[in-house]
Amino acid sequence: MIERRGLGRPMAHLVLIVGLFIVAFPIYYTFVASTQSLTTILRPPLPLTPGDQIGANYGEALFGGIGRIGGVAVTTLLFNTLVMALGIALGKIFISILSAFAVVFFRFPLRMVFFWLIFVTLMLPVEVRILPTYKVMVDLGMIDTYAGLILPLIASATATLLFRQFFMTIPAELVEAARIDGAGPLRFLKDILLPLSKTNIAALFVILFIYGWTQYLWPLLVTNDNQMNTIVIALRKMVSFADADTPWHMVMVTSILAILPPVLVVVLMQRWFVRGLVESEK
Amino acid sequence: MQKAVFPNKLLPYLLLAPQVAITLVFFYWPASQALYQSMLKEDPFGLKSKFVGLQNFAQVLGNPDYLNSVRVTVVFSVSTAVLAMALALFLATAAEKVVRGKGFYRTMLIWPYAVAPAVAGLLWLFMFNPSMGTFAYLLRDAGYRWNPLLDGDQAMLLVVVAAAWKQISYNFLFFVAALQSVPRSLIEAAAIDGASSTKRFWTIVFPLIAPTTFFLLVVNTVYAFFDTFGIIDAVTGGGPAQATQTLVYKVYNDGFVNLDLGGSAAQSVILMAIVIALTAIQFRYVEKRVHYA
Repeated sequence: MIERRGLGRPMAHLVLIVGLFIVAFPIYYTFVASTQSLTTILRPPLPLTPGDQIGANYGEALFGGIGRIGGVAVTTLLFNTLVMALGIALGKIFISILSAFAVVFFRFPLRMVFFWLIFVTLMLPVEVRILPTYKVMVDLGMIDTYAGLILPLIASATATLLFRQFFMTIPAELVEAARIDGAGPLRFLKDILLPLSKTNIAALFVILFIYGWTQYLWPLLVTNDNQMNTIVIALRKMVSFADADTPWHMVMVTSILAILPPVLVVVLMQRWFVRGLVESEK
Repeated sequence: MQKAVFPNKLLPYLLLAPQVAITLVFFYWPASQALYQSMLKEDPFGLKSKFVGLQNFAQVLGNPDYLNSVRVTVVFSVSTAVLAMALALFLATAAEKVVRGKGFYRTMLIWPYAVAPAVAGLLWLFMFNPSMGTFAYLLRDAGYRWNPLLDGDQAMLLVVVAAAWKQISYNFLFFVAALQSVPRSLIEAAAIDGASSTKRFWTIVFPLIAPTTFFLLVVNTVYAFFDTFGIIDAVTGGGPAQATQTLVYKVYNDGFVNLDLGGSAAQSVILMAIVIALTAIQFRYVEKRVHYA
């Protein structure tokens, strides 16, 4: 037992509360701003408690459409972002499970070549090859499509490596037993491997969903049409310092709506998220 | 050990096909284009291009704007990483000490992880922008000249704070995990020998979590290099006067705004080299940690 005297524990609580304040305050303040009228926001300092415009502001943003971004309603933006985040998360998980399965449970010519081909992509985020990737998208006619938003971002090796690592811990006896019982490879994948990978899939899903939801540079490039914007891009387009008519109350409402879904995913799936994060990054 | 495998000949190729196809089309093709493009020079109308070898690289590396951008990136990355890690470690050691409310604190501290960098930037910009930000107003009232839209150092401070704020959660989770793996018996032994809690931290705990610290240093640097594009674009747009123009922002700006394709491609290739070097460092470290554990 370590000494109990002194102010150790109360101090620790104090530090954590200050930290919590730093972390939560910007989000709380944005929420407060999202419930005020534009005139209140433009006259600092802003009050610290929510105003009375909450219904009006959120109603206008969600269903009315916002002028600065071509009259598109936030529901459309949320839908686009959801499609993109889900597409990236599920797509990555799907193709990675298949390729990890192939690399671990089969022996075939060029196996390691394929493995390295995928592995190398681990090192290069899309940011370093934006211009040529953009050109490829133009050539393929994928500008302003969901496929264009999703496909280039699922070309990455992290998930494959993770599943490969996990599959290698599956005991050989399990594979033998399945084969003796007459199960083919796909049957083995579906009935044995997938149920065993459930927690890994959940953990990876949270991380990839957040990754997809918070993308910035790529959707900025491949969407020209306001109807195809993700919520983060639309937010960026709403803010301008060059002229004074940025609709700040709408910006704040949209910020809250952009933050809410991924925060809910992280908080509600906390257990898998924390495990997945700390384990997947090794 | 020989792993049990399935005998199929064709199936594994079919299983690999989706990932390999996507990787070839969206990764190898553009990456090779970047390499090729980096050695071409286009005429101003984009009609003809000729092979110029390494001339683009020489031009990029000799350009004072680029060197400025290297300096900006280093300052930005180091400040962001140090600030985010120091705060997170401080909070994690506090979280280790408390008994009640551990779960509550953790839940409250992991929020920012889910906030998009560009949105994080906007939140901070909203509080601190000179025209109607409440904190800008308070700073001015206190007699401080605050205008990040004109003052380069203040702009840098703002993007560093926004970037670090977003990264605290991530670092916090890793430090908590690392602190939990430090053997209690060592700390107790030191306490019996009369070492104060500060001394225990610096001579026992800190060296034992060094691998995690180092890992986070690499991750945070990569984060500051690439994922913060959104913050920079939303808060400062690389300005004022290029004071916050990081390398990635410059690749984007030269390629899409100034349409200097060769120069932008050459910068991409240099960036690729930097990332590969960082990843190599990280892997050497991962190797080490396997022996360590």
